[in-house]
Amino acid sequence: MLLKFAVLLLTLALCQANRQPNILVEDVEDVEPAFEPSRFGSLWPLPQKLQISQDSFKLGSGFRIVDGKGSSAGASCNILQNAYRRYYEYIFGGAKRQGVGKSRRSGPSELTELRVYITSADSECDGYPSVNSDESYDLSVVQPFAVLKAPKVWGALHGLETFSQLMYEDEYGAKSINATAISDFPRFAHRGILLDSSRHFLPIKVILANLEAMAMNKFNVFHWHIVDDQSFPYLSRAFPQLSQQGAYHPYTHVYTPADVKMVIEFARLRGIRVVPEFDTPGHTQSWGKGQPDLLTACYSGSAPSGTFGPVNPILNTTYDFMAQFFKEISSVFPDGYVHLGGDEVDFSCWKSNPDIQKFMDAQGFGKDYSKLESFYIQKLLNIVTTTKKGYVIWQEVFDNGVKLKPDTIIHVWKGNQQQYQSEMANVTSSGYQTLLSTPWYLNRISYGQDWHAIYKADPQDFKGTEKQKALVIGGEACLWGEYVDATNLTPRLWPRASAVAERLWSSKDVTDINDAFNRLSVHRCRMVERGIPAEPLFSSYCPREYKGI
Amino acid sequence: MILSVSCGLCHVTPAPDRNSCPTVSAGEKAEIGVMSAVRSGQHTRPMCFLLLLMILQLGLHTAEGVWPLPQTLISSTERFPLSPQAFYFGYGSQSAARQGCSVLDAAFKRYFYLIFPDYTSGRWNLFSDKNEKDGTLRFSVDKQFTVEVSVDHDDCDGYPNESSSERYNLSVFSGRASLKAVTVWGALRGLETFSQLVYQDDFGSYFVNKTDIEDFPRFQFRGILLDTSRHYLPVQAILKTLDAMAYSKFNVFHWHIVDDPSFPYQSRTFPDLSSKGAFHPMTHIYTQSDVRRVISHARMRGIRVLPEFDSPGHTKSWGKGQPDLLTPCYKGDIPSGTFGPVNPALPSTYQFMATLFKEVSVVFPDSFIHLGGDEVNFSCWKSNPYVRAFMQKMGFGSDFTKLEAFYMENIINITSALNKTSIVWQDVFDYHERIPKDTVLHIWKGTPASYYAELSRMTKAGMRVVLAAPWYINHISYGQDWHNYYTVQPLNFSGTEEQKKLVIGGEVCMWGEYVDATNLTPRLWPRASAAAERLWSDEKQTSNVDKAFPRLQDFRCKLVRRGIQAEPLYVGHCKQEYQGV
Repeated sequence: MLLKFAVLLLTLALCQANRQPNILVEDVEDVEPAFEPSRFGSLWPLPQKLQISQDSFKLGSGFRIVDGKGSSAGASCNILQNAYRRYYEYIFGGAKRQGVGKSRRSGPSELTELRVYITSADSECDGYPSVNSDESYDLSVVQPFAVLKAPKVWGALHGLETFSQLMYEDEYGAKSINATAISDFPRFAHRGILLDSSRHFLPIKVILANLEAMAMNKFNVFHWHIVDDQSFPYLSRAFPQLSQQGAYHPYTHVYTPADVKMVIEFARLRGIRVVPEFDTPGHTQSWGKGQPDLLTACYSGSAPSGTFGPVNPILNTTYDFMAQFFKEISSVFPDGYVHLGGDEVDFSCWKSNPDIQKFMDAQGFGKDYSKLESFYIQKLLNIVTTTKKGYVIWQEVFDNGVKLKPDTIIHVWKGNQQQYQSEMANVTSSGYQTLLSTPWYLNRISYGQDWHAIYKADPQDFKGTEKQKALVIGGEACLWGEYVDATNLTPRLWPRASAVAERLWSSKDVTDINDAFNRLSVHRCRMVERGIPAEPLFSSYCPREYKGI
Repeated sequence: MILSVSCGLCHVTPAPDRNSCPTVSAGEKAEIGVMSAVRSGQHTRPMCFLLLLMILQLGLHTAEGVWPLPQTLISSTERFPLSPQAFYFGYGSQSAARQGCSVLDAAFKRYFYLIFPDYTSGRWNLFSDKNEKDGTLRFSVDKQFTVEVSVDHDDCDGYPNESSSERYNLSVFSGRASLKAVTVWGALRGLETFSQLVYQDDFGSYFVNKTDIEDFPRFQFRGILLDTSRHYLPVQAILKTLDAMAYSKFNVFHWHIVDDPSFPYQSRTFPDLSSKGAFHPMTHIYTQSDVRRVISHARMRGIRVLPEFDSPGHTKSWGKGQPDLLTPCYKGDIPSGTFGPVNPALPSTYQFMATLFKEVSVVFPDSFIHLGGDEVNFSCWKSNPYVRAFMQKMGFGSDFTKLEAFYMENIINITSALNKTSIVWQDVFDYHERIPKDTVLHIWKGTPASYYAELSRMTKAGMRVVLAAPWYINHISYGQDWHNYYTVQPLNFSGTEEQKKLVIGGEVCMWGEYVDATNLTPRLWPRASAAAERLWSDEKQTSNVDKAFPRLQDFRCKLVRRGIQAEPLYVGHCKQEYQGV
């Protein structure tokens, strides 16, 4: 019964915030969310179509997740077999309870199996997820067998997560699940999280934990902002001196090829793409340490000042380097896309450099340095095109009028609501695909329930035709690293990023903030129980508090 | 603080310009190697150039690395190697405390592991082998080093209190350090300082520089408030916070243990309070042994545990296990089914409170009890006809602040009879004319202008004050908000010297609406450490945020190294990053 599980999955909401100095109280709206169980239980993000009945079944520890007969993926499918084990452990809390009641026969209202069918001929079990992957699934919980059907393994992974979210404990701790029918698919194909491993190095363990949390929220893209001004932790096989000189430490603060491989495989097993970002020509201070002559020497008057600016766009050696470097990247990262950055290029250093001025004259660019930027980006895009990759770039590249290939994805990150909405309109009216991040800069924190604003933003809320709206392929929550490292990353990201997850997965009309609060409160406790230190939404408790102290 | 180097014409003061924790990168190994040779006596005179390099690289490894900054500190670049195999703590011959002193014996064990973090993981042997093959350090490896501790009073079995001296003197010489203090609590502060003076070079060898320190806290009361009612904090999270408090020399744990949302304190006399008022009667409570464990863990670190049982407001959870304690609110002539503050009109209320506080005064050894008294909403009292009748009988008219004052006076009398000092939120002073003189007032409201005015008023009335208003650390914002906590000037209000002396300290408050075990530690540290320096150190020496920045970054890496997940101040890295999730 739904009401029964309300008893267990409760979070209490109470009372006015205590002793808030008056100046701040006014900034904090809505201080009294009242928890009550949602009729959708703790499902997060909410499936597209669902029916939950009052009939409930028990799950004994004899319960199994098995391949359905005739499924196109079987025992040799790593993705599924790993997922079965993972979700079995989530449901039954690890191996410790196995064996209990094994001999017990299944009662009249017991669910004994979840049968998983991959219905298309190619399960994609050995492949990588892509922007075109079919992530849909159908789940039917009926007695005595629940059935999960998905065209591809990617949908099956989401279906397993949903199944595990339907499970709850009755007041005696017995695992229960209600009869349910779900038909589900994502609203947007690209649902990403950006982590920044340059401003602070993030140990692999933290990245993996966040991939776990992403899977619990049906995110499917890990945008790895791997290098930037501050450090270059990516250990390149072709240019090892980049991290040797440019990382915070050449051994303890780098990602080796094996580390990167591990991240990619861990992500693949959870249906998550890894899109690496190698941002140029700005944001490259750390590159210069290991690659002499790559950056532009800034001048003070007629002499070099000793400081360096963006990548030097006038040297052939720059493009030779980029060609070789991106060739490596294209083979190390299997995803169909790389993120090429292109944001926040400061022209002052280029302006100061006499060789660049000469080049500008020779090219007939006049004083328009955005033309020089265009020149650089054009050449870079040609290089990357030869590696057979698609690319994502930050919005400035589009704003500066750089000529782009029609399949370029423009990543919108600037401005206030009005500005980003008009940017989305401009980008899509030019026929480009786009991703939204502006309202989801989760590194920006404030006091109170800021997930409300995160939840309310919608990437298709702008003036445009249906055709334009269809060019919005999704969005990304960004956690820039100025103030974030392994010590605080996970609680700062979760469950705030979960608000983005529902916006990007669920139907556009899923906007009831009270119902969202009720489901999200329980969802966050579930993440805590699974070892993710997701922070609380408000005064409340979880039946099992975080123990990893 | 003096840091200078005498070597011919070289006088160097290291610029505090590091963006990251002090590490010596691989490229600098060569110089260090030569330096080691210098130290091991192969050269009779260090060359200026090398010494300069050494200072630039190890600038933060000198006594600047102590947080909060000691009152006076003289350090030299002369350094002495330490080896865990030949490192000892001992009691001085004149010390009143001897072997068997529970507080210090336990501290020696604790600080040994804090000083030699590699020792626990067995990595030390690896490093020392390498060094021996290298040959450069063999001379120093076995040299004995002893920290000799002397205290004037044998207060090993007591509790720290509001007048405990925390003063200490620490001198580090070749082969020996001398730590002298009046009390064991002062000795604990000195041990913390010593542990922060020790550093490792890139080969993992440990060193301490020749140093002289005289130190004492600026304020007697340096507290942290944790709120275990809005979210339950597992005992483990509290103990960890106490560890980190000791690293920043905090000395009061203000345990806001119960409030509206839940009553996790398991009372011996009124077990229903937690069995009905806690979030969960078994898993979300503090048993008597949990409380004892917290108090004992705190005592071992020289930290007082100040319990708060806030009334008459903020008591919703009390009502669940104690019928008739709260005021029934009325809608017209009939009870509405909701409840307000504690019912001040019933004699049974005071009997209950007397019994509860009797228990609390026994369970918590500290001489202070926090009685709360803040944010009382009068609307429920106003609605209740019995309360109104009581008002008439007492001649309060329609002035409900008089009723509130009546209630608080009764509660303060109860705690006075138990020989405890009451501490109350500032609201009580605002509405109460006859507040007993030994009550301590706790300021939590307003902007600097308004809390300065409040400080003036309260101290003018001769009251002792604790300041919390500028340190509501649960309020978060984007960026380096530690500046705000660091630049507070607690005594910058108009008043006489006598008035200023009445400000006994300050407190960092971490209210629990948005905080539980998942995010408590990174939210608290190192932001609370900024307040710690304000409360311990000399304000003139520590008023500059830019100077503090590299020291605080260094200190936060120390916290991370010690297993406290203190968040970063800004971009950069720690030599050893946090390895949890």
